[in-house]
Amino acid sequence: MIFLWCCPIVGGMAIIEVRDLGKRYGPKIAVDAVSFEVAEGEIFGILGPNGAGKTTTVECVAGLRKADRGSVSVLGRAPADVRSAIGVQLQSSELPERIRVSEALSLFSSFYPTPADWSARLGLSAHLKAEFGQLSGGLKQRLSIALALIGSPRVAILDELTTGLDPQARRDTWSVIEEVRSAGVTIVLVTHFMEEAERLCDRVAVFRDGRIAALDTPSGLVSRVDGSTRVRFVPSVALDVTLLEALPEVTGVSSVGEQIVVSGSENLVHAVTSLLARKQIVARQLRVDQVSLDDAYVELTGGSGAEDH
Amino acid sequence: MLKIIEVEARLFVRDRLNSLFSLLFPSLLLLVLGAVPALRTPAPEFGGLRFIDGYMSSLVVLTLVFIGLQRLPAVVATYREKGVLRRLSTTPMHPARLLVGQLVVNFAAAILSVLLTILVGYVVFGVDLPHHPLGLACAVVLGGAGTFALGLVIAALAPNARTAGGWATVVFMLLMFFGGVYLPRFMLPSVVQAIGSYTPPGVEALQQAWLGSAPDWRHLAIMGLVSLVAGTVAARTFRWG
Repeated sequence: MIFLWCCPIVGGMAIIEVRDLGKRYGPKIAVDAVSFEVAEGEIFGILGPNGAGKTTTVECVAGLRKADRGSVSVLGRAPADVRSAIGVQLQSSELPERIRVSEALSLFSSFYPTPADWSARLGLSAHLKAEFGQLSGGLKQRLSIALALIGSPRVAILDELTTGLDPQARRDTWSVIEEVRSAGVTIVLVTHFMEEAERLCDRVAVFRDGRIAALDTPSGLVSRVDGSTRVRFVPSVALDVTLLEALPEVTGVSSVGEQIVVSGSENLVHAVTSLLARKQIVARQLRVDQVSLDDAYVELTGGSGAEDH
Repeated sequence: MLKIIEVEARLFVRDRLNSLFSLLFPSLLLLVLGAVPALRTPAPEFGGLRFIDGYMSSLVVLTLVFIGLQRLPAVVATYREKGVLRRLSTTPMHPARLLVGQLVVNFAAAILSVLLTILVGYVVFGVDLPHHPLGLACAVVLGGAGTFALGLVIAALAPNARTAGGWATVVFMLLMFFGGVYLPRFMLPSVVQAIGSYTPPGVEALQQAWLGSAPDWRHLAIMGLVSLVAGTVAARTFRWG
C-alpha cells in the first residue's frame, strides 16, 4: 500500500475519478475542466484561494451538486448512489440549536448500517449532554468531524477541517485523521493551511481560477519553484562569484555586503560546500533556507492578489 | 424514521415556551373566557347557547394555525438557513424525512392540544363533547393538513427564516380573523363568515361537527383540495440548500 500513497495512481486503483468537471453559476465559471483521481487509502489535499473552485469540486464529489460537464465517480458509481460510503464534513452547516451532542450522534448513526463512534477520540465525551448551540466553534467542528466519520465511510470528504480549532486541537485532529487513514479510509481534504497539507497529504491539487494549477506531492510542489533552496554565508576570504555561477545546481547569486546569497536546486548545499572545501574557504554564518509549501503555493496561485477572485 | 421523530419530539418539548404555548394556550384561553359570567350564560345572540360553546371551534382554529404557521415554517426555514437540510443531504437519509418528522410531531402536538381543550370544556364548563366525533376528526385532520401545507409553502418560497416568519405572521392573522378567533363569528359580516368556511383550517366544518349533526362534506373536500394544492406547490418549490 505504501507505494500507492506516494506514487501516481496505478491503473484501476482509483477510488475517486473526476473527469473534465465543469460547473458554472450564471455567468461565473466556478470549475472548468478539472480532472483528477484519488487512490484508495490516499489523503488527497485540495488547496487554493477562496473562490478557486475547491468547494464546488468537493460538493460534486460528495454528490451534493450536479456538474454541468464531465463526470464524477466514487467507488465506480455516481456519488449519489453510494452516499453511505461517503462521509462529508461541510464548511458551513449546522445542526438544530437545541439538539444535544449525544442525540446528534445517535440520530446520525441511525442512518448507517455500520456506525462507528469517533466521539471519544475527538474529545467529545465530556460534552455529550451539551446542546449544539452552546458548543464552542472548536467543539462544533469536532462534532462535525465525528458525524462525517460516523457511517464508517470508505471515503471521507473534509472541507476546512481544522478551521476554528486552536493549535493543540488542530494537532489532535491531525492525528485523528492519520488514524482514520490507517483504518483504510480515503480522505479528500480541503484546506487553507499549508502546514496541514504538508503534514497529512500524499498529494495536493492546487486550484486557481476554477482549474488545477498543479497536482503533485507536497515536496514535488516545492521542488517546482525555481531556486527552491537558498544558501547564505560570509566567506572567510574573498570569493569569485563566477565560480558559484558556474555550478549547474545554482540558478542565482547575489551579494549583500560581505554576505553571499546563492539560490538553486535541492542539491545546492552539497555543491556549494564542496566548492568551498576545494578552495579551502570557510563559510561563516552559514544559513540554509528551504522554500516551503507556503512559498510554492503563493507562486502557483499567482500571489496574494488571487485571494480576491 | 422513528429515531428522527423521537429527536424532533425532544426538540419540540425542549423549546419550553413554544411547546407549552402550543399545548396549553387554547385551554387556558377557554378557562379565562369561561371565567367571565356573561360568556358562560346562554343568550339568544349565541343561538341560545353560551359564548364558550360556539367559541370551541375557533379555539381549534387557534391551535392549528399557531402550530402550522408560527412554529412549522420558522423551524423548517431555519433548518434550511443553517444548513441542517444540506448536511442531511450528504447522508443516505433524504432530508425530506426531517420535514416528515416535523409534521408528525407538530400534528401530534395539535391533536393533544385539541383533546385537552375538549376535556377542559367538558369537565369545567360542561361543553358538549363533539356531536360527530368522526366528523370532527376529519375536519381537524384535513384542516390541519391544509394549514400545515400553507406553512410549508411559506417555508419553501421565503428566501430566509426571517422573511418566512413575516409572511407566516400575516397569513396567521388573516386565518385567525376568518376563523373567528379575534371576534366570534356571529359578530362578523356574513361575507367574512362565508370566506371563513373555506379558509384553512375550515372553522365551519369544525363548528358543524361539534355542535351540529355532521360537517358539510363540501367544506371538508375544500380543505383536502387546499392541502393537495399547497402540498404540491411546497414540494415542487422547496429548496434543500
